Amino acid sequence: MPWLPPVRSKEAERIDFVFWVVVGICIAVFAVVAAVTIYSVMTFRARPDDDADGPPIHGHTGLEITWTAIPAVLVTIIAVLSAVALAENGDLKSNRLQVDVTARQFAWSFKYPQYGNFETTELRLEEGRQVELNLTALDVIHSFWVPEFRQKQDAVPGITTHLPITPTKVGTDTLICTELCGLGHALMRAKVIVMRPADFQQWARAQKQKGAQASAG
Amino acid sequence: MTEVLDQTPHAPPAPPRSRWHRLLLGPGFIRAAWMTALFFGIGFGLVVGLRSLAGYDPAVDWLIIVTVAGLITAPLGFLAGLGAFDYWVYYALGYPTRDEDHSGHGARSWKDYFRVNTDHKVIGVQYVVTTIVFFLAGGLMAMIFRAELAKPGMQFLDNQEYNGLISVHAALMIFLFVIPAFAGLANYVIPLMIGAPDMAFPRLNALSFWLLPIAGIIMLSSVAVPGGAFGAGWTGYAPLSVVGTNGNVWFNMGVQWAGASSIMTALNFLVTIITMRAPGMTFWRMPLLVWANFTTSLLVVLATPFVAGSQFFVMFDRLMHTNFFNFHEGGYVLGYQHIFWFYSHPAVYIMMLPGFGIASEVISVFSRKPIFGYRLMALSLCAILVLGFSVWAHHMFVSGMASWLRVPMMVTTLLIAIPTGIKVFSWLATTWEGRIHLETPMLWALGFVSMFVIGGLSGIMLGAVPIDIHTSDTYFVVAHIHYVLLGGSLFTIFAGIYYWFPKMTGRMYNERLGKLHFWLTFIGFNLTFFPMHIIGVQGCRGASRTTARSSARGT
Repeated sequence: MPWLPPVRSKEAERIDFVFWVVVGICIAVFAVVAAVTIYSVMTFRARPDDDADGPPIHGHTGLEITWTAIPAVLVTIIAVLSAVALAENGDLKSNRLQVDVTARQFAWSFKYPQYGNFETTELRLEEGRQVELNLTALDVIHSFWVPEFRQKQDAVPGITTHLPITPTKVGTDTLICTELCGLGHALMRAKVIVMRPADFQQWARAQKQKGAQASAG
Repeated sequence: MTEVLDQTPHAPPAPPRSRWHRLLLGPGFIRAAWMTALFFGIGFGLVVGLRSLAGYDPAVDWLIIVTVAGLITAPLGFLAGLGAFDYWVYYALGYPTRDEDHSGHGARSWKDYFRVNTDHKVIGVQYVVTTIVFFLAGGLMAMIFRAELAKPGMQFLDNQEYNGLISVHAALMIFLFVIPAFAGLANYVIPLMIGAPDMAFPRLNALSFWLLPIAGIIMLSSVAVPGGAFGAGWTGYAPLSVVGTNGNVWFNMGVQWAGASSIMTALNFLVTIITMRAPGMTFWRMPLLVWANFTTSLLVVLATPFVAGSQFFVMFDRLMHTNFFNFHEGGYVLGYQHIFWFYSHPAVYIMMLPGFGIASEVISVFSRKPIFGYRLMALSLCAILVLGFSVWAHHMFVSGMASWLRVPMMVTTLLIAIPTGIKVFSWLATTWEGRIHLETPMLWALGFVSMFVIGGLSGIMLGAVPIDIHTSDTYFVVAHIHYVLLGGSLFTIFAGIYYWFPKMTGRMYNERLGKLHFWLTFIGFNLTFFPMHIIGVQGCRGASRTTARSSARGT
């Protein structure tokens, strides 16, 4: 069984890298703590009738400096890796696709301002091309999450928030709302379809034309 | 129960005129009953009178009446009837005050535990027993919604009931169990540890206890409010809590009563610890439990007013159309989260530092060794206190707040790992070369160290922004919070209860039952919550009834 959902965006690759590094550090730290606890309990256990005291050790400066310094180094590594991944994931490309995402109880809608601002209820994206989602909400806070893309951003009423994603694989995923938004929260979903560039352009132009005809007619 | 220590005669209370007079007018539950009704009537009259004077239609608006009369004035009547204000009122009016100092005798019978008693030991026991009642209520709610989640789709709870249950469960566990349970244990032991005769303000102490049942009953009975309980989670994010069911008002006011209780107790601890230490009990000689409650109390006093504010804003938005969070009228939705987490992140330490104190006591005693690195242990508490105020926005990495805030808040969050690590390693070093007695309190304390480390490590993962972006609002967070609050706080509360049980009751608990309790909890806890880490990163959302992997991911 895979531990993480399939990777379908560039951002996901960076997030997963940080994830596994930190998981590795965490497992190592927990292993040390668990090993010392079990060793102590097994080695230093006293018989029930043993009322003697342990040695009066009050501290050890060297040890205390060590276990202050090592975690400091570890969290510095984590902080640097995270900050770099965050900066790379937030980097906007000039040829990016723009999609305006609107969340309401309990549905999503998407507008494509670069293609005549037509509106859909499923999100179609272009493989390999970065998209900048501009999110807002009409009633309460919702949150945009496609586990395969890893990226997540709340859609907040009254303000516009932004989320870059670079899909890397053609296929269909599901967008789910991850901010408790009311009674229909559990079922607030939308389809996310990543298309080949040529297919996407064809679809987008067709939608744009349909939109233009509709407004003209 | 506390033994009768002396029979020093107090100035006898002025003899009441008759038995009926005493029953009806003396402090107690009978007076509390009619005064609750009376004060409800006063609140009702105020609302209806003012509304009809102002010409509002309808004059009898039950939402406002319940808020003012039911959630504010009636509880005040209950407290007054019980006698929580008697001394102050007599004093203020110039009547001879009755001596209420119970510190010489504590409780004479079980009935004293149902009265306004000013003895810190009685209050400590009152706290612990009351919080365990609410712990059971919150736990049963968890059983109900876990049963609901046994299969995908809807079983026996509709969406509103489900959201309501998870919200009330969390609110009860946090505000009516973990925070006050620690306050109760500290109430019992801190005056004894520092050599003080009682708390600095015994009457305030009694009042802060009696606010708790009020808060708990308000939170619980929101389930019965028409429309349903508050269902926006224990975080009550606006605007969902503003537009949600009327049960949200009950959460707003429940938090006020519980928060007032916690602030008063914290003030009491601070004054007691600063001014009432026995001669020779310097700060650097205080037991670590006292240090822990000293730092916790500072957190409570500085932070709790913020959660009170956030809940008043929501309530005012609902009832008075103040538009704090109404974006149509220029309100700022994220403002709620900033104010809320400015309390609620320190609240995590409010729920954890006293447990650190208990663990330090228990591990040192059952290893039969002094605590390792005492000064650094105390200083790391202070470091957590200071850092705890600088990390609140790590709950908001995906909220849409100013994005420059993310990296600094990540750095401060990760820094907290350092003082926390010092504490964990010092506990381990305390057991090293000790003479370890694995009795029940020690099992809970060592269980705490290992489980809390898991919670702390998943906290580091959540502190790293890229990982948090993927995992926030998923079951990974649910797992994290339960490793911290269950593996951390609950285990130390149990360690403390078992450790001081003989002191509190004069009896010894059954060691075999205690061990059975520990192992069942330890295994059941891990079986319940560890898998949540995994389903969380795989895409299962928190606070969502569709937890099955297939339905969450729509595949």
